[in-house]
Amino acid sequence: MTVHKGTANQLTRVLGAGSLVTVALTALFGLWLTPPDAVQGQLVRLIYVHPAAATACYVGFGLCALASLAYLWPRTRSRRWDRLAAASAEVGVVFCVITLATGSIWGRGSWGVWWTWDARLTLTALLCAVFLGYLALRRTGGNPESRALTSAIVAVVCVALVPIDHYATSWWTTLHQGDTLMRANPLIHGSQLYTMLLSFVAVGLVFSWLVVHRYRVEVLEDRFEEEGFAVAIAERRAEASAAVQDRPAESAVVGPGPAVAASSSSAGSEMGRDGEVSE
Amino acid sequence: MDQVIRFRSAVALAGRFPVLAGVDLDVARGDVMLLRGANGAGKTSLLRACAGLVRVVAGEASVLGHDLIQDQRAVRRQVGLVGHQTGLYQEMSPLDNLRFALRAARLGPDRAEPALSTLGITGRLLEAAVADLSAGQRRRVALSVLVARDPEIWLLDEPHAGLDAEHRDLLDGLVLAAAARGRTVVMASHEADRAASLARTIVTIAGGAVESVTAPAPPPGAAGADDRPRTAGEVVPVVA
Amino acid sequence: MWRDALLVGGKDLRIEIRGRVATMQVAPYAMLVLLLFGFAFDQDHNLLTQAAPGLFWVAVLLSSLLAVQRSFAIEATDGTRDGLRLSGLDPAGIFLGKVAAVVIELVALEVLLGVGVVVLFGTRLHDPALLVVSALVASVGLAAAGTVYGMIASGVRGRETLLPLLVLPVVAPVLLAATQCWMAALGSSTTDGWRWLSLLVAFGVIYLALGVVSFSTLVEET
Repeated sequence: MTVHKGTANQLTRVLGAGSLVTVALTALFGLWLTPPDAVQGQLVRLIYVHPAAATACYVGFGLCALASLAYLWPRTRSRRWDRLAAASAEVGVVFCVITLATGSIWGRGSWGVWWTWDARLTLTALLCAVFLGYLALRRTGGNPESRALTSAIVAVVCVALVPIDHYATSWWTTLHQGDTLMRANPLIHGSQLYTMLLSFVAVGLVFSWLVVHRYRVEVLEDRFEEEGFAVAIAERRAEASAAVQDRPAESAVVGPGPAVAASSSSAGSEMGRDGEVSE
Repeated sequence: MDQVIRFRSAVALAGRFPVLAGVDLDVARGDVMLLRGANGAGKTSLLRACAGLVRVVAGEASVLGHDLIQDQRAVRRQVGLVGHQTGLYQEMSPLDNLRFALRAARLGPDRAEPALSTLGITGRLLEAAVADLSAGQRRRVALSVLVARDPEIWLLDEPHAGLDAEHRDLLDGLVLAAAARGRTVVMASHEADRAASLARTIVTIAGGAVESVTAPAPPPGAAGADDRPRTAGEVVPVVA
Repeated sequence: MWRDALLVGGKDLRIEIRGRVATMQVAPYAMLVLLLFGFAFDQDHNLLTQAAPGLFWVAVLLSSLLAVQRSFAIEATDGTRDGLRLSGLDPAGIFLGKVAAVVIELVALEVLLGVGVVVLFGTRLHDPALLVVSALVASVGLAAAGTVYGMIASGVRGRETLLPLLVLPVVAPVLLAATQCWMAALGSSTTDGWRWLSLLVAFGVIYLALGVVSFSTLVEET
């Protein structure tokens, strides 16, 4: 038996180290080195988290849809795409929750409410629910190939519906224009702009680091199943030889009806009983 | 002889469990084959694989010239399976169930009533909801679907279970008549004497694979346990 | 495909007529939901009239889940799932037939609920054409999406809880659009109802196409 070294390798170590450094730098710049905004004050610091997380969330969902499409396309069908879809959807949902949470905190600060029926916010919440359903479907077990096919179909449809969701939510929210406040876009300049760009790099690195690890977990799970498969076949075949040992030696011999009736000790009782039933 | 079923090292899975772990099987047209084996040996799975319901994932498997690994759906119109479950809609009447099955198979719905009456489903029973029938009656309705469709291959999973003596004999007659018409019958049964008397080939299944293939000593068409010779196609007289 | 759709749809409706499960359980449930909304809004007549389209469609949405669950419960008893696979029916036909049966059940339910809304909440009519067309299109969308996910959910563990989780977020735009259509049709909103109708049409077309294309895979794999 080989001992698995986990899911890390040179690539993920570089990605992980890069993530750590850039996240630390973003935190340093975002929390201390950049000035507060003239209008939004300290709240502006959310701009170093929220936009990058939202982008990562949408990239995750998009990646999931593309990988699912690649899986559905017969020429490119491969378990790799299924694994990638699973990994990116899961990481996408994580960033989706971060986006919703930071958006909500920002809304509380600037509009005084934790939640507002802003079009983009509503759409993101809807997508989050849709992909939670997708992940729940993936967790239902069963044959891995069936699961890959059905979840690929579901993922593609979820994303195909994004335009409809988009129009529905934006038309709907513009109906109540008076109720909502437009978010005052802070003017970004100098160190703020660089910090925001840095946050995109940091989140991008964290995102890829998570996806790669998650992908490798899927690989390990597949390998576990494959190794289990050979064992399962051997065990299944062994059921037969175990049964033979229980039986009289002549069982395998080609024999006429009466000999057949005596051959299987396990089924013998049922067979004997049947003799009385026949005409 | 014309071969209708051919399996080579066929493997089929239920989830991750190999229900078939390398089956080698040949069935000739017109054969009446009995599958024997302990519970969980793989008899039902083998029948379901022949019907294209359980996917064969490795090895070779072809039924009536259709490669089951390439396309397991193509064969379904040509085989009929009566299993532990009847596959009947509980709220509908036997007649409606049969008409639906026949229309789905692109056959005339007028075959329904004769087939049902062959199995003794007549009068009030035709229009009653299947849910209100007894287990044995439901099984007879399921068998009458098979009789009405009269597919190339009859796959029977414990066909005698739940039937009374009279209808067991009737079923035996139907099986022999089908074989005489050139249909192939594969059945799994624990009713060794009865089934072995019908069978021309006896296959023992163990651990998801074929353990042995034997022919009963009396010539095909004659009964083993029964001392009275029985010709193919003869419907056994009803025992009161 | 159409022939098989007719056969399957007819079969589902025949079972419904004989069993009357949807009639005796889903319709009273939907009426009950309406009644509960009345309690929740504390008899505020203006508020109820204003919210009537939304409440109506929430009730329809919840009932459509039950109708879909029922539609697949039929195919889950005593090996009928295998029977359907063995029958040789065209999967696309099975899909369309099941959708048609659910649509007919939903439309019947909507008529009943519509009367209930008028009686309980006292609403007035403004644009009957929009009302009827949007109800039909929305029902097709709900039935098509529900049938796709009903098939997916029917083969897995925890199907009762998985189906709402899969369906509700996906049909949220239907709820939005149908409600807006009805608000326009009932004259309680100045929004352009026909624009919302186009959204309903797009949703219905996407799910019908998806079901026709994918149902063979879903029937085999779930």
